[in-house]
Amino acid sequence: MRLALVACGLLVALLPWVIPPFVTFQLTYVAAYAIAILGLVILIGYSGQISLGHGAFMAIGGYTAAILLAGAGIGYWVSIPLAALLAGIVGIGLGFVALRLAGVYLALATLALAASVPPLLKRFKALTGGVQGLSLPSPHAPGPLQPFVSSETWFYYLTWALAAVAFALAWFVLRGRVGRSLRALRDSEIAAVAFGVNPVFYKTLAFGWSAAYAGIAGAIIAIVTAYASPDVYSVALSLELLIGVVIGGLHSFLGAILGGIVVEFLPLWAQKINPAVESVVYGVALILVVIFAPGGLAGGLSRLARALRIQATPRSRPASTIEAISEKSA
Amino acid sequence: MSIRRFTIIALTAILALAAGAVLTVPAASQAVTGVTATEIVIGGTHPYSGPASAYSSIGKGAQAYFAYVNDKGGVAGRKITYKDLDDAYNPPQSLQLVKQLVEQDKVFAIFNSLGTPVNTVLRPYLNEKQVPQLFVATGATTWGRDASKFPWTIGWQPDYEAESLIYAKNVLAHEPSAKIAVLYQNDDYGQDYLKGLQNGLGAKASMIVKTASYETTDPDVKAQVASLKASGADTFFIFATPKFATQALVAAAQLSWKTKVYLNSVSNSQVVMKAATTQGGPAATTGVVSVIYLKDPTDPRYANDSGLALYKQIMAKYVPGGDVNDQFYLYGMGAAFTFVDALQKAGKDLTREKVMQAAIHLHETDNPFVIPGVIVQTSPDDRFPIRQEQLAQYDGTRWGLIGSLMTARR
Repeated sequence: MRLALVACGLLVALLPWVIPPFVTFQLTYVAAYAIAILGLVILIGYSGQISLGHGAFMAIGGYTAAILLAGAGIGYWVSIPLAALLAGIVGIGLGFVALRLAGVYLALATLALAASVPPLLKRFKALTGGVQGLSLPSPHAPGPLQPFVSSETWFYYLTWALAAVAFALAWFVLRGRVGRSLRALRDSEIAAVAFGVNPVFYKTLAFGWSAAYAGIAGAIIAIVTAYASPDVYSVALSLELLIGVVIGGLHSFLGAILGGIVVEFLPLWAQKINPAVESVVYGVALILVVIFAPGGLAGGLSRLARALRIQATPRSRPASTIEAISEKSA
Repeated sequence: MSIRRFTIIALTAILALAAGAVLTVPAASQAVTGVTATEIVIGGTHPYSGPASAYSSIGKGAQAYFAYVNDKGGVAGRKITYKDLDDAYNPPQSLQLVKQLVEQDKVFAIFNSLGTPVNTVLRPYLNEKQVPQLFVATGATTWGRDASKFPWTIGWQPDYEAESLIYAKNVLAHEPSAKIAVLYQNDDYGQDYLKGLQNGLGAKASMIVKTASYETTDPDVKAQVASLKASGADTFFIFATPKFATQALVAAAQLSWKTKVYLNSVSNSQVVMKAATTQGGPAATTGVVSVIYLKDPTDPRYANDSGLALYKQIMAKYVPGGDVNDQFYLYGMGAAFTFVDALQKAGKDLTREKVMQAAIHLHETDNPFVIPGVIVQTSPDDRFPIRQEQLAQYDGTRWGLIGSLMTARR
């Protein structure tokens, strides 16, 4: 496992030196989307709450970074954490609302948030630049590094490093008490409460945490695009994130990365088929996944790997503990 | 898949990539990016999907015009390949697509990318790479005004301020004692218009007795129109997008406000005028003044016009099934005509510098898609290709041109 992670890390580290810069640029967005979708994995997959409004948290993060950078000249080292903090606080606020709502009502409330943020951004023109948005200084690698890495490569590394931190944090926190409590609440709130799990704390925590991740993603996108405007964080973005997490896999970290790839590349691939039917391609992909791979691409891949392994080694052997548990829970 | 096998695969991939990096020999550098003896590759983005997809007709119109030019032999023996991609009106997506067009598809130039936010994002990148960003499809003033900072960018259509300057000229000449009320959308677009009007009136800006704004989130503008009427103004300027412009026209009629109305060109399509006439009666639209710079395909005056005949011929051949009355196609062809003109001016030995020079030395008297007399022209000090427009008055069913062509004073 450790070796596999190291190999993956090396792969990510070496890629920018062999692929064209614009692909490096696209993979930076993949990492940003993966962070946001990891937030949805935590929220939907682990805590069982839904959000159709994560685009709004990305907008909060994006505008926080943009206002700090364009207005006050505060660098991304400070502005990205602040973006996460602010989005997280708003997320906790929405978490309290979510306590009173469930299912389709929560979906509608979060959708309303996603729909109301772009007009709000247009209204406070002095702060947000209105419809024209805010243009940021072009992103560059720090001075001493500039001869060695391009700005694309630099932000690729920065974003993937942030993604690694986000994933590692999620892994450490979710494997322990918090993860157990969240899953218990998701499966049966009454039983979980009976065992002493505090639903208010854990549910709002999940919302805040997940929103903070979306805030980081929004900040990164504002910084690498050097721009923030209401069109960037439209309702469609929230829906794309949701489609990404469903196609990628709701219950797995790998699913978050696959979801990031889907959100970034599906529109680009779809328009090669026919630009007018992009949303149809989205819909078909979604339906196919829901029917044939309910666990998303990540779930499908692990099933496929298991099937291949059984074919390759016909003699039965005891499944590892983790697999046994995941099979039981599935 | 076992962890070990996965690791082996991953390590092999790394080795292969590393080997690839070492062995990749830089491709033989082309003389000019995107240009061969037989082809010119250019790129662009329009919203083919999403809420702004009505504008996609502009991209299709341009594409159709290039197909027509190619079938006639191209430009200096070169066919134009226009890689026009869908950005869904989303600036980050547009930036990624344009980077791909520049770095992978090696396009010669970016042509007519659509939308102010989109082009705002593209501009620093394209200028840094010194790739021409030609004839962008937006009416903001910045494309012409900020050329010293961004010399590789140029617009095409008249900008909003220029249009207001024309209105101001007309008011000063014919209605010097007018009392003006202004309704505007509270964003850069509406404010560009308002600023143009104030600047155009200059010392007499106090003729504007009242202004009222609305937000695109407002349900309607009836209250604003009522307060403007109460100011006692006798001239009403509507700087609003189609939905709100319709409401304003109808509200003024319902309040029996006897006023002269100026309507911005953004909303002077037949769709708006017909809707306002239906809801507010003929009084809502009769006598309304606006400006025009493109030919109206529905206007019987142009029944024998060769430019519109060409337009309809291209539509029939290259956009079968496209709505000929959709003026966005015509717009796309008009911009494409100017692009081809610039290519021809730049000559056989095409370079990016030369085409940019050609774009700022335009003198185009024969663009078949703009109204007669409009000259598409630029100079190094004036990067606003179209700034002539003609006032037009609505007679209840269609626009009739009044006076002569006017040029915005700068």
